[in-house]
Amino acid sequence: METVEDVLIPETVATAKAAFLLSCPVCHLLVRRPPEASTGLFGRCPRCGETLHLRKPNSIARTWALIIAALIFYIPANLIPITTVTSLGSVQTDTIMSGVIYFIATGMWPIALIIFTASIFIPVLKLLILSFLVISVQRHSGWRPKDRTRLYRIVETIGRWSMVDVFVVTILVALVHLGALANVEPRSGVIYFAAVVLLTMFAAMGFDPRLIWDVKEPEDECEYFPGT
Amino acid sequence: MKNEHLIACHDCDLLHRVSEIPDGMSAYCCRCGALLAQSKRNSVERTLALALAGLFLLILANSFPFLGFKIQGQSRHVLLLTGIRRFYISGMPWLALLVLFTTFIAPLLQILLLMYVLLPLYLGVKFPGMFVLFRWVQKLGSWSMMEVFMVGVLVSIVKLAKMAQIIPDVALFCFMALIFVLAACMASLDPHQIWKQWKTY
Repeated sequence: METVEDVLIPETVATAKAAFLLSCPVCHLLVRRPPEASTGLFGRCPRCGETLHLRKPNSIARTWALIIAALIFYIPANLIPITTVTSLGSVQTDTIMSGVIYFIATGMWPIALIIFTASIFIPVLKLLILSFLVISVQRHSGWRPKDRTRLYRIVETIGRWSMVDVFVVTILVALVHLGALANVEPRSGVIYFAAVVLLTMFAAMGFDPRLIWDVKEPEDECEYFPGT
Repeated sequence: MKNEHLIACHDCDLLHRVSEIPDGMSAYCCRCGALLAQSKRNSVERTLALALAGLFLLILANSFPFLGFKIQGQSRHVLLLTGIRRFYISGMPWLALLVLFTTFIAPLLQILLLMYVLLPLYLGVKFPGMFVLFRWVQKLGSWSMMEVFMVGVLVSIVKLAKMAQIIPDVALFCFMALIFVLAACMASLDPHQIWKQWKTY
């Protein structure tokens, strides 16, 4: 496979796609694309071994599937308790929301805010933004591509912070394990919640932000002139 | 012309002709604003040193208890792995695996692979599969969640503070140091510079 360090690109060509190049998703290496194969398999990156694609495969369908799966799991994640706390005989089950309410009720609103943001707000925000991005790509929207790309980058970076609640449960069940005196047991809600976090992370990874910009380019002719 | 090379933006696919970037400077995509490449000073040496520090801290952090819980004379000191074991016992093996992966396996692999790639670069020798493994360093990035775990620790401490006495233990300080070391390690890494070495090997 021919790698490209520097080629003379015609001034009308702006993107790697239009210049018949493939850009490795991990290491940025540019490889010359066989002109006969416009879609499909391009083999692996000669430098790092990553599978090469013109665009992430089935990006739209995959992102939709993962968004919908995450939405479905979001319901049990919020309805089923995540922990059962036994303390001196009294038994109490907690969902994600009841944990937030507990912190507000006891006046620890900064912690309530952290939990609410990480566990409830961020997953919903991610699903909304991703749905918006996918719909906008499907409708060939040309609306503020730079801001939409920025939205995508935000979704990509904040996703991992939703794991906070899973780690809190991990620490609680490890620490509070003193029989009848005090005990915390994990409940299945935390599995659904972890699934939501994972699915939204995969959904963000499956979406290809370059699709936002592809609208700018008609198949054969490129109207965009690269900044100089 | 010799020092220039092409980069396609990861986020919008625009081709850029990037010349040699001065130390400490970054190149951004002119169309969507994504970071294209960044040049860092003494990147290999610094990252290697921090990775080594990170490795020791990670081992220490997981070998000693990080929190203690004291109620009515009974106390309990736990490791990070205790919680993972409790998930496993409670019939949640996949959750146990997820937590194990994001808080231990991913950071550990990241550090080890990073050392495997950087050490030969530093010594100027070639190890088999260096560049293929470096790809995994980059892909593991979003799965290594030490800093998220630390926020979880803080929330847990506040949550339990009313119920019982919480004693911070040795490993907690290792965790704290580890987060800063890992962040500094990834910040000093210059992937672009490492990928560029490929041609000379």
